Amino acid sequence: MADRERDSVSGTETTGHEWDGLKELDTPLPRWWLYIFYASIVVAVVYWVLMPAWPIGNGYTKGVLGFSDRINVTADVGALRSARAPMYQRLANASASEIAADPELQEFARAAGESVFGDYCRTCHGAGGAGAPGYPVLADDVWIWGGSLADIEHTLRVGVRADHPDTRMSMMPAFGRDRLLTSQQVDDVTEYAISISAASSRLQPDRAAAARGEAIYQEQCAACHGATGAGDRSVGAPSLNDDLWLYGGSREEIRRQVEMGRGGVMPSWERRFDAGTLRALAYYVHEMGGGEPDAPPAPVTTPAATPEPAQNGQPNAPLR
Amino acid sequence: MWKFHKWFERHSLILIVGILVVVSIGGLVQITPLFFIESTIERVEGVRPYTPLELAGREIYIREGCYVCHSQMIRPLRDEVERYGHYSLAAESMYDHPFQWGSKRTGPDLARVGNRYSDEWHRAHLVNPRSVVPESVMPPYAFLARADLNTSLLPDHLRANRLLRVPYTDEQLANAATDARAQAEPLSSNAYDFEHRYPGAASRDFDGNPDRVTEMDALIAYLQMLGTGVDFETYQAEAPENTR
Repeated sequence: MADRERDSVSGTETTGHEWDGLKELDTPLPRWWLYIFYASIVVAVVYWVLMPAWPIGNGYTKGVLGFSDRINVTADVGALRSARAPMYQRLANASASEIAADPELQEFARAAGESVFGDYCRTCHGAGGAGAPGYPVLADDVWIWGGSLADIEHTLRVGVRADHPDTRMSMMPAFGRDRLLTSQQVDDVTEYAISISAASSRLQPDRAAAARGEAIYQEQCAACHGATGAGDRSVGAPSLNDDLWLYGGSREEIRRQVEMGRGGVMPSWERRFDAGTLRALAYYVHEMGGGEPDAPPAPVTTPAATPEPAQNGQPNAPLR
Repeated sequence: MWKFHKWFERHSLILIVGILVVVSIGGLVQITPLFFIESTIERVEGVRPYTPLELAGREIYIREGCYVCHSQMIRPLRDEVERYGHYSLAAESMYDHPFQWGSKRTGPDLARVGNRYSDEWHRAHLVNPRSVVPESVMPPYAFLARADLNTSLLPDHLRANRLLRVPYTDEQLANAATDARAQAEPLSSNAYDFEHRYPGAASRDFDGNPDRVTEMDALIAYLQMLGTGVDFETYQAEAPENTR
């Protein structure tokens, strides 16, 4: 190995290594880089002292700051809930008319409702409540179980065919699948249902079949859907007079509903959301376009009758 | 010291041995303690091994590359907890081999998707995601509803998982194929035995087609149990003994 020597061009020393006549410059590292490097080492040592760092045996060094992601996120969510709590409390205690008279409360309810709707409801009911086959449109003024603020909130609380003891329950029989009607009778009652709906001009029902179907309708369907097909919200039977069909409005789709008697499930949200969030959500859905005024004597038992903790007011409530 | 360095640099065999020694020290320091730290193998009540049908669904989840767009890891951050629910615990993926935490969210996190939507919603969404989420960019997976589930490999899947310390019993291994069918056919004669072998597992016709056990059954069974094991009303993740 050759000796270290000073390079005449750059003025720096060589390392003394030489391969086939090639020599290597021993250019020193820039000072600024070196200082940052040393500083990084110092920072790392300080970090080991302050933060959880080294695994030891069956534990680890916890650090003198006691940092914990779990404690931090609990505190963050708690702070968020504390900040929202006053508005949620106000909302939970406000009647529909009080909300209508309070722009600040309206704005809060709309924002909170939109956020919760986006996470939990939109996947089925669509953006803006546009609905999907099998999932009712919320933006129109057609309601299966009622469209007042109280009705909507009750539906949210108990769900439809859900596991809540007071859930909204109705079960259309599967007239075709369960052989309650013959295939011919299902055809006939389908024609009759089309003939009493606004779809009759579009689908041109077979008059003879519809006439045969009328007797079957009055016997099998009128108890829920009404003698004229106006529907009955108390049992969740939709109106058959309009041209809006939950499972599709073609002749085949209407017939399939008579045949299969499908009914969707909406979860009960009472356990997941507190009273304030439910009121905000109900208000948001009510304001989508089809909300109806509350009936003067509230037909449903007021939800406030069973006081429950507003989780948004309790920073220590479980994260959920 | 520099003389010693020269010795390493000039003999490749010695250099290789030197590299191996240094890299092993780094590996041992990082990896070995993980096998002993109590806190990395936190035990949480409610976390159970997958049923054969769920395991088959998990295989389909991996086969179709769902993890490329969906994570299964809710980080302990305020906004994630607000959107997805309680942050994920290490224990919730203790029977995942390999885990499906993922690293990219084109779609939403799925760590707590279980029981959030109905089976019917999952069917509609997997057959055509746009039918329920118009802005979705997810590809359709309608073929899953047409493909019969291959249960012949399930005993081997369970055995492989047992080698990785998932506590499957011999009985569960022997009945893996029939248990997979029984979970999707709650009225079948094997349903009773299935419920005994896997207490707490949901048993129903997931794909809405009672005549067949399809890959759709398996995938929905898997999705519907994700993140549902731990009861966060009773488990206090931020209690001092669980803090980490």
